[in-house]
Amino acid sequence: MDWGALHTILGGVNKHSTSIGKIWLTVLFIFRIMILVVAAEKVWGDEQDDFVCNTLQPGCRNVCYDHFFPISHIRLWALQLIFVSTPALLVAMHVAYRRHEKKRQFRKGDQKCEFKDMEEIRKQRFRIEGSLWWTYTSSIFFRLIFEAVFMYAFYFMYDGFRMPRLMKCNAWPCPNTVDCFVSRPTEKTVFTIFMIAVSSICILLNVAELCYLLSKFFLRRSKKAGNSKQQPNHETKEETKQNEMNELISDSCQNTVIGFSS
Amino acid sequence: MNWAGLYTVLSGVNRHSTAIGRIWLSVIFIFRIMVLVVAAESVWGDEKSAFTCNTQQPGCNSVCFDHFFPISHIRLWALQLILVTTPALLVAMHVAYQQHQEKKLLVLTGHADAKHMEEVKKHKMRIAGSLWWTYVCSVVFRLLFEAVFMYIFYMLYPGYQMMRLVKCEAYPCPNTVDCFISRPTEKTIFTVFMLVTSSICIILNMAELVYLVVRACARRSQHHSNPSSGKGSFYGHKHSSEYKQNEINQLLTEQDGSLKDMLRRNSGLQEKGDRCSAC
Repeated sequence: MDWGALHTILGGVNKHSTSIGKIWLTVLFIFRIMILVVAAEKVWGDEQDDFVCNTLQPGCRNVCYDHFFPISHIRLWALQLIFVSTPALLVAMHVAYRRHEKKRQFRKGDQKCEFKDMEEIRKQRFRIEGSLWWTYTSSIFFRLIFEAVFMYAFYFMYDGFRMPRLMKCNAWPCPNTVDCFVSRPTEKTVFTIFMIAVSSICILLNVAELCYLLSKFFLRRSKKAGNSKQQPNHETKEETKQNEMNELISDSCQNTVIGFSS
Repeated sequence: MNWAGLYTVLSGVNRHSTAIGRIWLSVIFIFRIMVLVVAAESVWGDEKSAFTCNTQQPGCNSVCFDHFFPISHIRLWALQLILVTTPALLVAMHVAYQQHQEKKLLVLTGHADAKHMEEVKKHKMRIAGSLWWTYVCSVVFRLLFEAVFMYIFYMLYPGYQMMRLVKCEAYPCPNTVDCFISRPTEKTIFTVFMLVTSSICIILNMAELVYLVVRACARRSQHHSNPSSGKGSFYGHKHSSEYKQNEINQLLTEQDGSLKDMLRRNSGLQEKGDRCSAC
Protein backbone atom coordinates (compact mmCIF):
# COMPACT_ATOMS: atom_id res chain seq x y z
CA MET A 1 0.00 0.00 0.00
CA ASP A 2 1.72 3.15 -1.14
CA TRP A 3 1.11 6.40 -2.94
CA GLY A 4 0.19 4.52 -6.13
CA ALA A 5 -2.64 2.75 -4.37
CA LEU A 6 -3.86 6.07 -2.96
CA HIS A 7 -3.83 7.44 -6.51
CA THR A 8 -6.01 4.51 -7.65
CA ILE A 9 -8.46 5.07 -4.83
CA LEU A 10 -8.72 8.80 -5.40
CA GLY A 11 -8.80 8.59 -9.17
CA GLY A 12 -12.30 7.21 -8.89
CA VAL A 13 -13.45 10.24 -6.92
CA ASN A 14 -12.18 12.49 -9.70
CA LYS A 15 -15.16 11.66 -11.86
CA HIS A 16 -17.61 13.30 -9.50
CA SER A 17 -15.55 16.37 -8.68
CA THR A 18 -15.91 19.86 -10.03
CA SER A 19 -13.25 21.06 -12.49
CA ILE A 20 -11.47 22.94 -9.70
CA GLY A 21 -11.50 19.70 -7.72
CA LYS A 22 -9.84 17.89 -10.61
CA ILE A 23 -7.16 20.57 -10.85
CA TRP A 24 -6.60 20.29 -7.10
CA LEU A 25 -6.18 16.51 -7.35
CA THR A 26 -3.67 16.90 -10.18
CA VAL A 27 -1.68 19.50 -8.25
CA LEU A 28 -1.71 17.21 -5.20
CA PHE A 29 -0.40 14.19 -7.04
CA ILE A 30 2.09 15.81 -9.36
CA PHE A 31 3.46 18.73 -7.40
CA ARG A 32 3.30 17.32 -3.91
CA ILE A 33 3.26 13.54 -3.74
CA MET A 34 5.50 13.02 -6.73
CA ILE A 35 7.99 15.67 -5.60
CA LEU A 36 7.98 14.11 -2.14
CA VAL A 37 8.73 10.66 -3.49
CA VAL A 38 11.25 11.43 -6.23
CA ALA A 39 13.12 14.36 -4.72
CA ALA A 40 12.42 15.33 -1.16
CA GLU A 41 12.90 11.87 0.33
CA LYS A 42 16.44 11.73 -1.04
CA VAL A 43 17.31 15.17 0.30
CA TRP A 44 16.22 14.17 3.79
CA GLY A 45 17.52 10.61 3.44
CA ASP A 46 20.77 11.20 5.33
CA GLU A 47 19.39 13.72 7.78
CA GLN A 48 20.46 11.84 10.89
CA ASP A 49 23.57 10.13 9.59
CA ASP A 50 25.03 13.41 8.42
CA PHE A 51 23.94 15.45 11.41
CA VAL A 52 27.33 16.13 12.91
CA CYS A 53 28.06 17.65 16.33
CA ASN A 54 31.39 19.03 17.46
CA THR A 55 31.90 16.53 20.25
CA LEU A 56 32.98 12.96 20.81
CA GLN A 57 30.52 12.51 23.65
CA PRO A 58 28.44 9.43 22.79
CA GLY A 59 24.73 10.14 22.67
CA CYS A 60 25.07 13.88 22.26
CA ARG A 61 24.36 13.72 18.53
CA ASN A 62 21.25 11.61 19.01
CA VAL A 63 19.89 13.84 21.70
CA CYS A 64 20.56 17.05 19.81
CA TYR A 65 19.02 15.69 16.65
CA ASP A 66 15.94 14.65 18.56
CA HIS A 67 15.77 18.04 20.23
CA PHE A 68 15.86 20.04 17.00
CA PHE A 69 13.82 17.66 14.81
CA PRO A 70 10.95 16.19 16.85
CA ILE A 71 9.39 14.95 13.62
CA SER A 72 11.07 14.98 10.26
CA HIS A 73 9.73 17.24 7.49
CA ILE A 74 9.22 14.23 5.24
CA ARG A 75 7.01 12.43 7.72
CA LEU A 76 5.04 15.54 8.43
CA TRP A 77 4.39 16.05 4.73
CA ALA A 78 3.45 12.41 4.27
CA LEU A 79 0.92 12.64 7.10
CA GLN A 80 -0.37 15.96 5.74
CA LEU A 81 -0.90 14.47 2.29
CA ILE A 82 -2.67 11.41 3.66
CA PHE A 83 -5.00 13.50 5.82
CA VAL A 84 -5.68 16.04 3.11
CA SER A 85 -6.58 13.45 0.49
CA THR A 86 -8.87 11.30 2.61
CA PRO A 87 -11.91 13.61 2.91
CA ALA A 88 -12.46 12.87 -0.79
CA LEU A 89 -13.34 9.35 0.31
CA LEU A 90 -16.43 10.71 2.02
CA VAL A 91 -17.65 11.79 -1.41
CA ALA A 92 -16.71 8.41 -2.88
CA MET A 93 -18.70 6.63 -0.18
CA HIS A 94 -21.71 8.86 -0.73
CA VAL A 95 -21.62 8.29 -4.48
CA ALA A 96 -21.30 4.52 -3.97
CA TYR A 97 -24.29 4.66 -1.64
CA ARG A 98 -26.39 6.55 -4.20
CA ARG A 99 -25.37 4.15 -6.91
CA HIS A 100 -26.40 1.25 -4.69
CA GLU A 101 -29.81 2.85 -4.17
CA LYS A 102 -30.25 3.39 -7.91
CA LYS A 103 -29.35 -0.23 -8.56
CA ARG A 104 -31.90 -1.30 -6.00
CA GLN A 105 -34.53 0.86 -7.68
CA PHE A 106 -33.59 -0.52 -11.04
CA ARG A 107 -33.85 -4.08 -9.81
CA LYS A 108 -37.25 -3.42 -8.33
CA GLY A 109 -38.35 -2.50 -11.82
CA ASP A 110 -39.25 1.02 -10.82
CA GLN A 111 -40.81 3.01 -13.69
CA LYS A 112 -39.11 6.21 -12.56
CA CYS A 113 -35.67 4.72 -13.06
CA GLU A 114 -34.61 5.85 -16.50
CA PHE A 115 -31.53 3.69 -16.94
CA LYS A 116 -31.49 0.87 -19.38
CA ASP A 117 -29.00 -1.37 -17.64
CA MET A 118 -26.63 -1.67 -14.72
CA GLU A 119 -23.69 -0.51 -16.79
CA GLU A 120 -25.30 2.87 -17.22
CA ILE A 121 -25.84 3.20 -13.50
CA ARG A 122 -22.26 2.25 -12.85
CA LYS A 123 -20.96 4.81 -15.31
CA GLN A 124 -23.33 7.61 -14.45
CA ARG A 125 -21.88 10.81 -13.12
CA PHE A 126 -23.85 12.31 -10.27
CA ARG A 127 -24.62 15.97 -10.11
CA ILE A 128 -23.38 17.73 -7.02
CA GLU A 129 -26.68 18.67 -5.47
CA GLY A 130 -28.81 17.73 -2.55
CA SER A 131 -27.11 15.75 0.17
CA LEU A 132 -24.13 15.09 -2.10
CA TRP A 133 -23.52 18.85 -2.16
CA TRP A 134 -23.30 18.91 1.61
CA THR A 135 -20.94 15.92 1.67
CA TYR A 136 -18.75 17.50 -0.98
CA THR A 137 -18.68 20.85 0.78
CA SER A 138 -17.81 19.16 4.10
CA SER A 139 -14.98 17.28 2.44
CA ILE A 140 -13.51 20.54 1.08
CA PHE A 141 -13.92 22.12 4.48
CA PHE A 142 -12.04 19.27 6.16
CA ARG A 143 -9.30 19.48 3.55
CA LEU A 144 -8.87 23.17 4.32
CA ILE A 145 -8.75 22.52 8.04
CA PHE A 146 -6.15 19.78 7.71
CA GLU A 147 -3.97 21.89 5.41
CA ALA A 148 -4.13 24.81 7.82
CA VAL A 149 -3.41 22.66 10.87
CA PHE A 150 -0.36 21.07 9.29
CA MET A 151 0.97 24.42 8.04
CA TYR A 152 0.63 25.76 11.54
CA ALA A 153 2.28 22.67 13.07
CA PHE A 154 5.16 23.11 10.64
CA TYR A 155 5.62 26.76 11.46
CA PHE A 156 5.32 26.10 15.18
CA MET A 157 7.87 23.29 15.21
CA TYR A 158 10.47 24.82 12.94
CA ASP A 159 10.15 28.54 13.73
CA GLY A 160 9.77 29.68 10.19
CA PHE A 161 10.64 27.71 7.08
CA ARG A 162 14.33 28.20 6.87
CA MET A 163 16.80 25.44 7.68
CA PRO A 164 19.84 26.85 9.52
CA ARG A 165 23.33 25.48 8.86
CA LEU A 166 24.38 25.52 12.47
CA MET A 167 22.49 24.75 15.66
CA LYS A 168 23.77 25.19 19.17
CA CYS A 169 22.84 22.38 21.50
CA ASN A 170 23.27 21.95 25.26
CA ALA A 171 20.99 19.02 26.07
CA TRP A 172 22.43 16.36 28.37
CA PRO A 173 24.81 14.48 27.84
CA CYS A 174 26.43 17.13 25.70
CA PRO A 175 29.14 18.90 27.68
CA ASN A 176 28.32 22.65 27.75
CA THR A 177 27.10 24.05 24.44
CA VAL A 178 27.98 22.14 21.34
CA ASP A 179 27.85 23.16 17.66
CA CYS A 180 25.81 20.83 15.48
CA PHE A 181 25.71 21.03 11.70
CA VAL A 182 22.68 20.12 9.59
CA SER A 183 23.21 18.28 6.31
CA ARG A 184 22.13 20.03 3.04
CA PRO A 185 20.44 23.03 4.66
CA THR A 186 20.03 25.09 1.49
CA GLU A 187 18.49 22.24 -0.50
CA LYS A 188 16.16 21.53 2.39
CA THR A 189 15.14 25.19 2.54
CA VAL A 190 14.41 25.19 -1.20
CA PHE A 191 12.18 22.13 -0.96
CA THR A 192 10.49 23.38 2.17
CA ILE A 193 9.59 26.66 0.46
CA PHE A 194 8.42 24.74 -2.62
CA MET A 195 6.13 22.46 -0.58
CA ILE A 196 4.78 25.42 1.37
CA ALA A 197 4.05 27.28 -1.86
CA VAL A 198 2.23 24.33 -3.40
CA SER A 199 0.33 23.83 -0.15
CA SER A 200 -0.80 27.47 -0.33
CA ILE A 201 -1.90 26.98 -3.94
CA CYS A 202 -3.93 23.97 -2.83
CA ILE A 203 -5.53 26.03 -0.07
CA LEU A 204 -6.44 28.71 -2.63
CA LEU A 205 -7.91 26.09 -4.95
CA ASN A 206 -9.99 24.68 -2.11
CA VAL A 207 -11.25 28.15 -1.16
CA ALA A 208 -12.11 28.83 -4.83
CA GLU A 209 -13.96 25.53 -5.06
CA LEU A 210 -15.90 26.33 -1.92
CA CYS A 211 -16.91 29.73 -3.32
CA TYR A 212 -17.86 28.12 -6.61
CA LEU A 213 -20.09 25.57 -4.90
CA LEU A 214 -21.73 28.21 -2.76
CA SER A 215 -22.41 30.45 -5.74
CA LYS A 216 -23.83 27.49 -7.69
CA PHE A 217 -26.09 26.70 -4.78
CA PHE A 218 -27.45 30.24 -4.52
CA LEU A 219 -27.81 30.55 -8.26
CA ARG A 220 -29.78 27.33 -8.47
CA ARG A 221 -31.96 28.41 -5.61
CA SER A 222 -32.79 31.77 -7.16
CA LYS A 223 -33.38 30.10 -10.55
CA LYS A 224 -35.78 27.67 -9.01
CA ALA A 225 -37.61 30.43 -7.17
CA GLY A 226 -37.85 32.37 -10.42
CA ASN A 227 -38.91 29.43 -12.61
CA SER A 228 -41.44 27.94 -10.21
CA LYS A 229 -44.35 29.59 -12.05
CA GLN A 230 -42.99 29.55 -15.59
CA GLN A 231 -43.12 26.65 -18.05
CA PRO A 232 -40.04 24.59 -17.29
CA ASN A 233 -37.61 24.23 -20.21
CA HIS A 234 -35.82 21.03 -21.10
CA GLU A 235 -32.87 21.40 -18.71
CA THR A 236 -34.96 22.42 -15.73
CA LYS A 237 -37.31 19.46 -16.38
CA GLU A 238 -34.38 17.07 -16.18
CA GLU A 239 -33.07 18.85 -13.13
CA THR A 240 -36.48 18.62 -11.50
CA LYS A 241 -36.67 14.93 -12.30
CA GLN A 242 -33.18 14.42 -10.90
CA ASN A 243 -34.08 16.39 -7.82
CA GLU A 244 -37.26 14.38 -7.38
CA MET A 245 -35.31 11.17 -7.60
CA ASN A 246 -32.69 12.43 -5.20
CA GLU A 247 -35.42 13.39 -2.78
CA LEU A 248 -37.07 10.00 -3.06
CA ILE A 249 -33.75 8.30 -2.44
CA SER A 250 -32.91 10.49 0.49
CA ASP A 251 -36.43 10.17 1.90
CA SER A 252 -36.37 6.42 1.72
CA CYS A 253 -33.12 6.37 3.59
CA GLN A 254 -34.37 8.85 6.17
CA ASN A 255 -31.82 11.47 5.26
CA THR A 256 -32.60 15.09 5.86
CA VAL A 257 -34.16 16.64 2.80
CA ILE A 258 -32.34 19.83 2.10
CA GLY A 259 -34.64 22.71 1.40
CA PHE A 260 -34.21 22.87 -2.33
CA SER A 261 -37.85 22.17 -2.90
CA SER A 262 -39.85 24.98 -1.46
CA MET B 1 3.31 -10.96 -1.77
CA ASN B 2 3.32 -7.58 -0.10
CA TRP B 3 0.83 -5.08 1.26
CA ALA B 4 -0.50 -4.44 -2.25
CA GLY B 5 -1.21 -8.16 -2.62
CA LEU B 6 -3.08 -8.14 0.66
CA TYR B 7 -5.05 -5.14 -0.56
CA THR B 8 -6.08 -7.04 -3.70
CA VAL B 9 -7.19 -10.04 -1.67
CA LEU B 10 -9.19 -8.00 0.79
CA SER B 11 -10.90 -5.62 -1.63
CA GLY B 12 -12.83 -8.62 -2.88
CA VAL B 13 -14.21 -9.16 0.61
CA ASN B 14 -15.25 -5.53 0.72
CA ARG B 15 -18.23 -6.22 -1.48
CA HIS B 16 -19.89 -8.50 1.02
CA SER B 17 -19.19 -6.35 4.07
CA THR B 18 -21.48 -3.97 5.87
CA ALA B 19 -20.95 -0.23 5.49
CA ILE B 20 -19.08 -0.11 8.80
CA GLY B 21 -16.90 -2.98 7.59
CA ARG B 22 -15.94 -0.96 4.52
CA ILE B 23 -15.07 2.08 6.61
CA TRP B 24 -12.96 -0.17 8.85
CA LEU B 25 -11.14 -1.55 5.82
CA SER B 26 -10.42 1.97 4.51
CA VAL B 27 -9.10 3.07 7.91
CA ILE B 28 -6.87 -0.02 8.06
CA PHE B 29 -5.39 0.52 4.63
CA ILE B 30 -5.05 4.26 4.56
CA PHE B 31 -4.32 5.25 8.14
CA ARG B 32 -2.43 2.19 9.30
CA ILE B 33 -0.83 0.23 6.49
CA MET B 34 -0.07 3.24 4.35
CA VAL B 35 1.33 5.28 7.24
CA LEU B 36 3.39 2.26 8.24
CA VAL B 37 4.84 1.88 4.78
CA VAL B 38 5.46 5.50 3.79
CA ALA B 39 6.38 7.00 7.14
CA ALA B 40 6.92 4.73 10.10
CA GLU B 41 9.33 2.33 8.39
CA SER B 42 11.76 5.13 7.63
CA VAL B 43 11.59 6.44 11.20
CA TRP B 44 12.56 3.04 12.58
CA GLY B 45 14.94 2.33 9.70
CA ASP B 46 18.11 3.30 11.55
CA GLU B 47 16.99 2.16 15.00
CA LYS B 48 19.94 -0.20 15.46
CA SER B 49 22.66 1.69 13.61
CA ALA B 50 21.91 4.93 15.44
CA PHE B 51 21.49 3.29 18.86
CA THR B 52 24.58 4.59 20.68
CA CYS B 53 25.92 3.55 24.06
CA ASN B 54 28.46 5.54 26.04
CA THR B 55 31.10 2.82 25.96
CA GLN B 56 33.68 1.36 23.68
CA GLN B 57 33.14 -2.18 24.96
CA PRO B 58 32.47 -4.40 21.91
CA GLY B 59 29.12 -6.14 22.02
CA CYS B 60 27.62 -3.82 24.59
CA ASN B 61 25.68 -1.90 21.94
CA SER B 62 24.11 -5.05 20.45
CA VAL B 63 23.27 -6.57 23.80
CA CYS B 64 21.64 -3.43 25.14
CA PHE B 65 19.65 -2.91 21.95
CA ASP B 66 18.42 -6.48 22.11
CA HIS B 67 17.56 -6.09 25.79
CA PHE B 68 15.42 -2.99 25.30
CA PHE B 69 13.87 -3.88 21.92
CA PRO B 70 13.04 -7.62 21.89
CA ILE B 71 10.85 -7.02 18.86
CA SER B 72 10.76 -3.81 16.88
CA HIS B 73 7.57 -1.73 16.80
CA ILE B 74 7.46 -1.97 13.04
CA ARG B 75 7.45 -5.76 13.04
CA LEU B 76 4.82 -5.86 15.77
CA TRP B 77 2.58 -3.53 13.78
CA ALA B 78 3.07 -5.54 10.61
CA LEU B 79 2.10 -8.75 12.43
CA GLN B 80 -0.85 -7.02 14.03
CA LEU B 81 -2.11 -5.72 10.70
CA ILE B 82 -1.76 -9.09 9.00
CA LEU B 83 -3.54 -10.96 11.78
CA VAL B 84 -6.27 -8.35 12.08
CA THR B 85 -7.06 -8.33 8.36
CA THR B 86 -7.08 -12.07 7.78
CA PRO B 87 -10.34 -13.04 9.57
CA ALA B 88 -12.06 -11.32 6.65
CA LEU B 89 -10.83 -14.25 4.57
CA LEU B 90 -13.18 -16.54 6.54
CA VAL B 91 -16.04 -14.51 5.07
CA ALA B 92 -14.52 -14.68 1.60
CA MET B 93 -14.23 -18.45 1.85
CA HIS B 94 -17.80 -18.82 3.03
CA VAL B 95 -19.09 -16.60 0.23
CA ALA B 96 -17.10 -18.62 -2.32
CA TYR B 97 -18.56 -21.82 -0.89
CA GLN B 98 -22.11 -20.45 -1.13
CA GLN B 99 -21.53 -19.33 -4.68
CA HIS B 100 -20.23 -22.79 -5.52
CA GLN B 101 -23.38 -24.35 -4.05
CA GLU B 102 -25.59 -22.00 -6.04
CA LYS B 103 -23.76 -22.86 -9.24
CA LYS B 104 -24.18 -26.55 -8.51
CA LEU B 105 -27.88 -26.02 -7.96
CA LEU B 106 -28.17 -24.12 -11.22
CA VAL B 107 -26.44 -26.95 -13.04
CA LEU B 108 -28.78 -29.51 -11.49
CA THR B 109 -31.89 -27.51 -12.26
CA GLY B 110 -30.76 -27.05 -15.84
CA HIS B 111 -30.13 -23.30 -15.75
CA ALA B 112 -26.39 -23.49 -16.17
CA ASP B 113 -26.04 -20.90 -18.93
CA ALA B 114 -23.36 -18.23 -18.89
CA LYS B 115 -25.73 -15.43 -17.91
CA HIS B 116 -26.96 -17.14 -14.74
CA MET B 117 -23.46 -18.20 -13.77
CA GLU B 118 -22.30 -14.61 -14.09
CA GLU B 119 -25.25 -13.47 -12.01
CA VAL B 120 -24.24 -15.87 -9.23
CA LYS B 121 -20.70 -14.54 -9.29
CA LYS B 122 -21.74 -10.91 -9.27
CA HIS B 123 -24.64 -10.73 -6.87
CA LYS B 124 -24.01 -9.50 -3.37
CA MET B 125 -24.66 -12.07 -0.64
CA ARG B 126 -26.93 -11.03 2.13
CA ILE B 127 -25.41 -11.39 5.56
CA ALA B 128 -27.97 -13.86 6.85
CA GLY B 129 -28.04 -17.41 8.09
CA SER B 130 -24.70 -19.15 8.43
CA LEU B 131 -22.90 -16.29 6.66
CA TRP B 132 -24.04 -14.07 9.51
CA TRP B 133 -22.35 -16.34 12.02
CA THR B 134 -19.14 -16.48 9.97
CA TYR B 135 -19.14 -12.70 9.66
CA VAL B 136 -19.72 -12.21 13.38
CA CYS B 137 -16.92 -14.67 14.17
CA SER B 138 -14.55 -12.80 11.90
CA VAL B 139 -15.38 -9.51 13.65
CA VAL B 140 -14.88 -11.14 17.06
CA PHE B 141 -11.50 -12.50 15.99
CA ARG B 142 -10.47 -9.09 14.71
CA LEU B 143 -11.35 -7.57 18.06
CA LEU B 144 -9.46 -10.28 19.86
CA PHE B 145 -6.31 -9.83 17.81
CA GLU B 146 -6.37 -6.06 18.17
CA ALA B 147 -6.77 -6.35 21.94
CA VAL B 148 -4.03 -8.97 22.26
CA PHE B 149 -1.54 -6.89 20.31
CA MET B 150 -2.38 -3.74 22.24
CA TYR B 151 -1.71 -5.69 25.41
CA ILE B 152 1.57 -7.12 24.08
CA PHE B 153 2.63 -3.61 23.16
CA TYR B 154 1.85 -2.36 26.61
CA MET B 155 3.74 -5.27 28.20
CA LEU B 156 6.83 -4.82 26.04
CA TYR B 157 6.93 -1.04 25.97
CA PRO B 158 5.02 0.25 28.99
CA GLY B 159 3.77 3.80 28.62
CA TYR B 160 4.06 4.06 24.82
CA GLN B 161 6.60 6.79 25.20
CA MET B 162 10.05 6.30 23.76
CA MET B 163 12.78 7.46 26.14
CA ARG B 164 15.82 9.37 24.90
CA LEU B 165 18.09 7.60 27.33
CA VAL B 166 18.06 4.07 28.69
CA LYS B 167 20.47 2.71 31.27
CA CYS B 168 21.87 -0.69 30.48
CA GLU B 169 23.91 -3.10 32.62
CA ALA B 170 23.72 -6.34 30.64
CA TYR B 171 26.96 -8.29 30.20
CA PRO B 172 29.44 -7.36 28.63
CA CYS B 173 28.72 -3.72 29.43
CA PRO B 174 30.94 -2.54 32.27
CA ASN B 175 28.74 -1.29 35.14
CA THR B 176 25.76 0.78 34.08
CA VAL B 177 26.04 2.38 30.68
CA ASP B 178 24.01 5.21 29.13
CA CYS B 179 22.45 4.30 25.81
CA PHE B 180 20.76 6.78 23.54
CA ILE B 181 17.88 5.95 21.26
CA SER B 182 17.56 7.52 17.83
CA ARG B 183 14.60 9.82 17.08
CA PRO B 184 12.65 9.14 20.29
CA THR B 185 10.19 12.00 19.85
CA GLU B 186 9.29 11.04 16.29
CA LYS B 187 8.88 7.44 17.40
CA THR B 188 6.59 8.50 20.24
CA ILE B 189 4.46 10.53 17.83
CA PHE B 190 4.02 7.59 15.48
CA THR B 191 3.41 5.14 18.32
CA VAL B 192 0.62 7.36 19.65
CA PHE B 193 -0.78 7.75 16.12
CA MET B 194 -0.87 3.98 15.53
CA LEU B 195 -2.38 3.47 18.95
CA VAL B 196 -5.16 5.97 18.23
CA THR B 197 -5.99 4.37 14.88
CA SER B 198 -5.97 0.97 16.52
CA SER B 199 -8.51 2.21 19.08
CA ILE B 200 -10.64 3.68 16.29
CA CYS B 201 -10.61 0.29 14.58
CA ILE B 202 -11.62 -1.43 17.81
CA ILE B 203 -14.54 0.99 18.16
CA LEU B 204 -15.58 0.39 14.55
CA ASN B 205 -15.48 -3.37 15.08
CA MET B 206 -17.62 -3.10 18.19
CA ALA B 207 -20.09 -0.88 16.36
CA GLU B 208 -20.26 -3.41 13.53
CA LEU B 209 -20.90 -6.21 16.01
CA VAL B 210 -23.71 -4.27 17.64
CA TYR B 211 -25.17 -3.40 14.23
CA LEU B 212 -25.15 -7.04 13.12
CA VAL B 213 -26.79 -8.24 16.33
CA VAL B 214 -29.46 -5.54 16.20
CA ARG B 215 -30.16 -6.31 12.54
CA ALA B 216 -30.52 -10.00 13.28
CA CYS B 217 -32.90 -9.31 16.16
CA ALA B 218 -34.94 -6.90 14.02
CA ARG B 219 -35.16 -9.43 11.21
CA ARG B 220 -36.17 -12.12 13.65
CA SER B 221 -38.96 -10.01 15.16
CA GLN B 222 -40.13 -9.03 11.65
CA HIS B 223 -40.21 -12.67 10.69
CA HIS B 224 -42.26 -13.46 13.78
CA SER B 225 -44.80 -10.73 13.09
CA ASN B 226 -45.08 -11.41 9.31
CA PRO B 227 -44.62 -15.16 8.96
CA SER B 228 -46.29 -15.60 5.57
CA SER B 229 -46.20 -12.21 3.94
CA GLY B 230 -42.63 -11.42 4.96
CA LYS B 231 -41.22 -13.43 2.12
CA GLY B 232 -43.26 -12.15 -0.76
CA SER B 233 -45.06 -8.87 -0.54
CA PHE B 234 -42.86 -6.96 1.84
CA TYR B 235 -39.65 -7.22 -0.11
CA GLY B 236 -39.27 -6.13 -3.66
CA HIS B 237 -38.91 -8.42 -6.61
CA LYS B 238 -35.22 -9.14 -6.22
CA HIS B 239 -35.32 -9.46 -2.47
CA SER B 240 -37.94 -12.19 -2.53
CA SER B 241 -35.77 -14.09 -4.97
CA GLU B 242 -32.75 -13.42 -2.74
CA TYR B 243 -34.71 -14.72 0.21
CA LYS B 244 -35.58 -17.85 -1.73
CA GLN B 245 -31.96 -18.14 -2.69
CA ASN B 246 -30.94 -17.95 0.94
CA GLU B 247 -33.58 -20.52 1.79
CA ILE B 248 -32.13 -22.84 -0.81
CA ASN B 249 -28.65 -22.12 0.51
CA GLN B 250 -29.72 -22.92 4.03
CA LEU B 251 -31.41 -26.11 2.94
CA LEU B 252 -28.28 -27.09 1.05
CA THR B 253 -25.90 -26.33 3.88
CA GLU B 254 -27.98 -27.57 6.80
CA GLN B 255 -28.74 -31.00 5.50
CA ASP B 256 -26.38 -33.93 5.23
CA GLY B 257 -26.06 -36.15 2.25
CA SER B 258 -25.66 -35.47 -1.40
CA LEU B 259 -27.24 -32.62 -3.31
CA LYS B 260 -29.54 -35.01 -5.16
CA ASP B 261 -30.92 -36.31 -1.88
CA MET B 262 -31.64 -32.77 -0.80
CA LEU B 263 -33.42 -32.01 -4.04
CA ARG B 264 -35.41 -35.24 -3.83
CA ARG B 265 -36.49 -34.43 -0.27
CA ASN B 266 -37.53 -30.93 -1.21
CA SER B 267 -39.45 -31.64 -4.34
CA GLY B 268 -40.91 -28.14 -4.38
CA LEU B 269 -37.39 -26.79 -4.88
CA GLN B 270 -37.56 -27.38 -8.63
CA GLU B 271 -40.38 -24.88 -8.92
CA LYS B 272 -38.64 -22.42 -6.57
CA GLY B 273 -35.44 -22.81 -8.55
CA ASP B 274 -37.31 -22.03 -11.77
CA ARG B 275 -38.91 -18.95 -10.29
CA CYS B 276 -35.59 -17.87 -8.87
CA SER B 277 -33.71 -18.12 -12.12
CA ALA B 278 -36.50 -16.38 -13.97
CA CYS B 279 -35.92 -13.18 -12.01
